[in-house]
Amino acid sequence: MKIYVPIDAAARACGADMVAAAVVSAAALKGIEVELIRTGSRGMVWLEPLVEIETPAGRTAFGPMTPADVPALFDAPESHPKALGLTEEIPFLKRQTRLTFARCGVIDPLDLAAYEATGGMAGLRRAVATKPEEVVDEIAASGLRGRGGAGFPTGIKWRTVLHAKAPQKYIVCNADEGDSGSFADRMLMEGDPFTLIEGMAIAGIATGATKGFVYIRSEYPDAIRVMREATRIATREGMIGASVLGSAHGFDLEIRVGAGAYVCGEETSLLNSLEGKRGVVRAKPPLPALQGFMGRPTVVNNVLSLAAVPWIMANGAQAYHDIGVGRSRGTIPLQIAGNVKFGGLFETGFGITLGEIVNDIGGGTASGRPVKAVQVGGPLGAYHPVSDFNLAFCYEEFAGQGGLIGHAGLVVHDEAADMLSLARFAMEFCAVESCGKCTPCRIGAVRGVETLDRVRAGDAAALPLIEDLCETMKLGSLCALGGFTPYPVLSALRNFPEDFMPQQEAAE
Amino acid sequence: MSVAAVTAPPAPPAHLAETVAAVLAAHAGREGALLPILHDLQAEFGYVPGESYDAIAAALRLSRAEVAGVVGFYHDFRAAPAARHVIKLCRAEACQAMGGAATQARLERALGMKLGETQGNVTLEAVYCLGLCACAPAAMVGDRLVGRLDDSAIEAIAEEVRA
Repeated sequence: MKIYVPIDAAARACGADMVAAAVVSAAALKGIEVELIRTGSRGMVWLEPLVEIETPAGRTAFGPMTPADVPALFDAPESHPKALGLTEEIPFLKRQTRLTFARCGVIDPLDLAAYEATGGMAGLRRAVATKPEEVVDEIAASGLRGRGGAGFPTGIKWRTVLHAKAPQKYIVCNADEGDSGSFADRMLMEGDPFTLIEGMAIAGIATGATKGFVYIRSEYPDAIRVMREATRIATREGMIGASVLGSAHGFDLEIRVGAGAYVCGEETSLLNSLEGKRGVVRAKPPLPALQGFMGRPTVVNNVLSLAAVPWIMANGAQAYHDIGVGRSRGTIPLQIAGNVKFGGLFETGFGITLGEIVNDIGGGTASGRPVKAVQVGGPLGAYHPVSDFNLAFCYEEFAGQGGLIGHAGLVVHDEAADMLSLARFAMEFCAVESCGKCTPCRIGAVRGVETLDRVRAGDAAALPLIEDLCETMKLGSLCALGGFTPYPVLSALRNFPEDFMPQQEAAE
Repeated sequence: MSVAAVTAPPAPPAHLAETVAAVLAAHAGREGALLPILHDLQAEFGYVPGESYDAIAAALRLSRAEVAGVVGFYHDFRAAPAARHVIKLCRAEACQAMGGAATQARLERALGMKLGETQGNVTLEAVYCLGLCACAPAAMVGDRLVGRLDDSAIEAIAEEVRA
């Protein structure tokens, strides 16, 4: 009997380890031989811990499981109170277009044979047999854009590095996923690390870079452990190392750990941190593609950008480009979080509306109260009111509405949310995490907190100051931390002005 | 019983010089080795002892001030050991959307201390996102992640650190 229990951090935080232990002890008690496989997460976090049993018809799911629910799995699984039927038929999964996350939650993350058996390595095989220029062309033709938030075309970045002349070039994977509401990088690294490694190796071949780093935030100990082990296995098996799949290309990979600094998710600050310096932002130009790690040409890509690459190489640019809308091509792994009934990861083509995501897929709020605001794109993303629910999820639509899709994390707030508090939090967070290099961010964020406290105290004259301060931060900051903190603040102010009224007036 | 973790620097740990030398040797030749070195020292001692700065600076051809500047920049690196139990409560938006402020108040009451304090065996700190945003509110107790932090989970944490 084959039983699958996730080892993903979110599943473990909901008790997956205790459920796995209960499976082992209940099976022993009943004298049933069980093969327990720990997988990544399917991404249906409200059902975690999700247990699956292999049947002739496919894998059947049970969740959310507790240790007490386990013994009944061995008696009459069909009539188990937590039975969900065939996993693949659960609407939340069935409606997805899972390209990047196809294997996540399905296989043992560190089983390289299972990785290959489920389509892994096909992209890398094609890449080693292709000219670097043609690999770059393929990625450019797919329309893939940076999934970290900036949306810069990945193919153009790679081409710049390919044509740069230097004794050493680098691939740096930005896995400093600090945005609240985002967990796709973590899920992928924990659930299907070889996909990321394959994407990085392809990037190395395409650009002539022979050394790669994955910079993972220290708040993700599980992802760090899995990535280190996967790197060791991939090197041992010749997937990477001195000769990638027996080819003339070499690619060495090293896992590095951040040290608790949100700003290190910004690429130049990440590079400084990787070099062993304070994580302060660098002015651009020079672009990292020309002068990145140690001043040498460097591709800095987000986990999701690199993890999309193997599928594109295996299935062709056109197949990827066929999905999506406008200039947003391919799939986007949405992360639906906060006060939402069905929270989790939902990979789909661009173009789905915000309302569909929150209401149809997310099922509305967990509290059952009406939705008040949805913050899209992390702590630097705008708070969207329900009247924005017809917005299509793609780069340009959100930019046109004074927002951004960022890393595609969505945090749902119900009507209990106090938008003035959330605006103040955005400024407070910016003050805590500012690297200190530029004045608008370093001082502006502190003044922002003070000024919003004046608003709270009933000083109506403080509101124009907030608008003015946000303008200065937006235009004068060196990076997105100071430059985008105005998004949540101003969107809260414009969309929910009643929360910013002096209290005595609001009470009238 | 103070908010500022520790005022006087702790006495240097035993075998400091040998341990620092071993860590430095393990990272010799690595590009940008300072963060990996500091992580290893903190794993060894529970903090980064100020007495190690000179040796690190010499090995990496940096000034002592540059080493101190890097240690001071990052939230993770401690100038003094944390208490035996470290509880990190997420304060970020997704956890706030699930009643994070009330959770914080309940946890502070159960532990009899405020966020940012160290008391006896327990350090209670804020963290900004553990990537558990779809099972919020979330916390980390030692190495263990806890999602869906409700009253009984808070009580269990308080019980655990009191033991």
